[in-house]
Amino acid sequence: MAERQIYLDNAATTPIDPRVFEAMLPYLSGKYGNPSSFHTLGKQAKDDMIESRSQIAEILNSRSDEILFASGGTESDNLAVLGFARANQANGKHLITTAIEHHAVLEAMIQLEKKEGFEITYLKPDSDGLVSASQVSEALRPDTILVSVMYANNEIGTIQPIKEIGNLVQKYRKEKKQSWPVFHTDACQASGFLDLDVEKLHVDLLTLNGSKMYGPKGVGILYMKRGIKLQPLQFGGSQERGLRPGTENVAGIIGMAKALTLAQKDKVNESKRLVQLRDKLINGILKSIPKTRLNGHLTTRLPNNVNISFLDIEGEALVLYLDAAGIFASTGSACTSASLEPSHVILALGMPYEVAHGSIRFTLGHYTTDEDIDYVLKTLPPLVEKLRSISPVRVDEKYYR
Amino acid sequence: MSDVTSRDNKQSWFYSNIVKDHFFHPRNFIEDGEIDENRFNAIGKVGSPACGDELRVWMKVDPKTERILEFRWRTFGCGSAIASTSMASVVVTENGGMTLDEARKLKPQDIIDRLGGLPQRKIHCSVLCDKALRDAINDYYRRTQQFDKIIAEASRVIDSVAKVTDHDIEEAVLEGAQTLEQVQQKTKVGIGNPSCLPAVEELIRFYKEKYFG
Repeated sequence: MAERQIYLDNAATTPIDPRVFEAMLPYLSGKYGNPSSFHTLGKQAKDDMIESRSQIAEILNSRSDEILFASGGTESDNLAVLGFARANQANGKHLITTAIEHHAVLEAMIQLEKKEGFEITYLKPDSDGLVSASQVSEALRPDTILVSVMYANNEIGTIQPIKEIGNLVQKYRKEKKQSWPVFHTDACQASGFLDLDVEKLHVDLLTLNGSKMYGPKGVGILYMKRGIKLQPLQFGGSQERGLRPGTENVAGIIGMAKALTLAQKDKVNESKRLVQLRDKLINGILKSIPKTRLNGHLTTRLPNNVNISFLDIEGEALVLYLDAAGIFASTGSACTSASLEPSHVILALGMPYEVAHGSIRFTLGHYTTDEDIDYVLKTLPPLVEKLRSISPVRVDEKYYR
Repeated sequence: MSDVTSRDNKQSWFYSNIVKDHFFHPRNFIEDGEIDENRFNAIGKVGSPACGDELRVWMKVDPKTERILEFRWRTFGCGSAIASTSMASVVVTENGGMTLDEARKLKPQDIIDRLGGLPQRKIHCSVLCDKALRDAINDYYRRTQQFDKIIAEASRVIDSVAKVTDHDIEEAVLEGAQTLEQVQQKTKVGIGNPSCLPAVEELIRFYKEKYFG
């Protein structure tokens, strides 16, 4: 075991903030009531859950009855995409999304395309990993019922122009005097850094997840604007208005509300701090290690995201070498999937397979310090050099500039 | 990373200690200054970085005994690919070196056993070094004009409509396809030509047994 442990995988999950943990504890023991029960213990759980729901609604600038609790980002994304498309297919069967969505959106789209007769337009980002409102505008058709574009990308951290796209979709609806298309955004990676005001963003559906913002795993939120119809994915109760039946994860919901409150309160200062560390890490790597490339836009990216391709080596091998040095990062490429496919996000930037295979993601967090970044910058170069010395590949510069 | 677990799900690390040792301390890889055409008399190459793994080997074979004296290599790939190649380089050169005949009979499973096992979906990685070795053996026979000993790994067309070979099916199984439907998803075999399906199913069974036991 290395003497230091530096966790740079905060986009995968974050540790629970002690204040969140504190808030959750009573609901894991004494306050164990089922919110649907007609007795004091049940009512207590229900009241506290209502309180959490209204806290979250206030942060999103929405109404309490527009907040739906689910089991995480994946379920919320699935419910938004599958639930909306299935319930509204009489209005049209065309959907628009991007080629760099999280798999929770992408695979739901593929399901609708392959098995349920929907037509999907996958917008291709530019080489910096950004899509534009005008791309959405060009793709819109009379039978487009849903547009789903992620707020910030989980692999390369690029921030999409949600406000502009939302505005565009809203105007298009008014012009056509129809209630569709609606706009969904997966905001799982954005919650600690970006504004979540649904009115300002002009979004109709928005997904959040507890475990990316120092909250608990196993809880997610779907904001759904009043009037929107969804078809549930599961059946068996009237919880969450029958849209997401099943006994509520009370402790998780309490923790989620606390985590979101803290994350949104700290977001400006924390962003400022992390941008400095992020840029130090990016510049340090690009300067000290030859044949490296930053994936995603230099500044229109999350304050905590660094994604770099190290040419001529395979990402997983480097992750394991870093692991042995006590640095926890991730690939999101190659060997992470059984098919040995490299990252769909890096490929969508127009990069060849050779570049996608060598990409590494470092995602910073609350506990990342300046010394941590120094340690990474000191440790990384010899590891890259060693793996390059045993690699037969020499990718030409013209393929990655 | 999370699904790179050991077969018995008991090990605290993703790979066995032997795999880790060969990954962090690879044996016999070739340094930049050592690539000398005169020193080696057989070269093998397999894969490409586009498919996730590329492997090159340089061999020195004793012309009298046809034993492998040196086996040097370079690998672009994940931890398993690097460790497998390193272990293969030890296996073919230890105890005075294998003869080319012996080396040709080396199976991916032999390397995996010596490594103390690999996660199931990493078996793909160990197959490559066995292929690079056979490529180098053929190269040696070619250079020494023993053409009768060259065994070309030609593939056989199974589905003449979709132009799918037995090699394509082997690759699909190695990438994790377990059923006919999964193999079809990867290769499109038999979709326009159902008459080949019994042969396809036979091959899937054969390769599953060969690589996964």
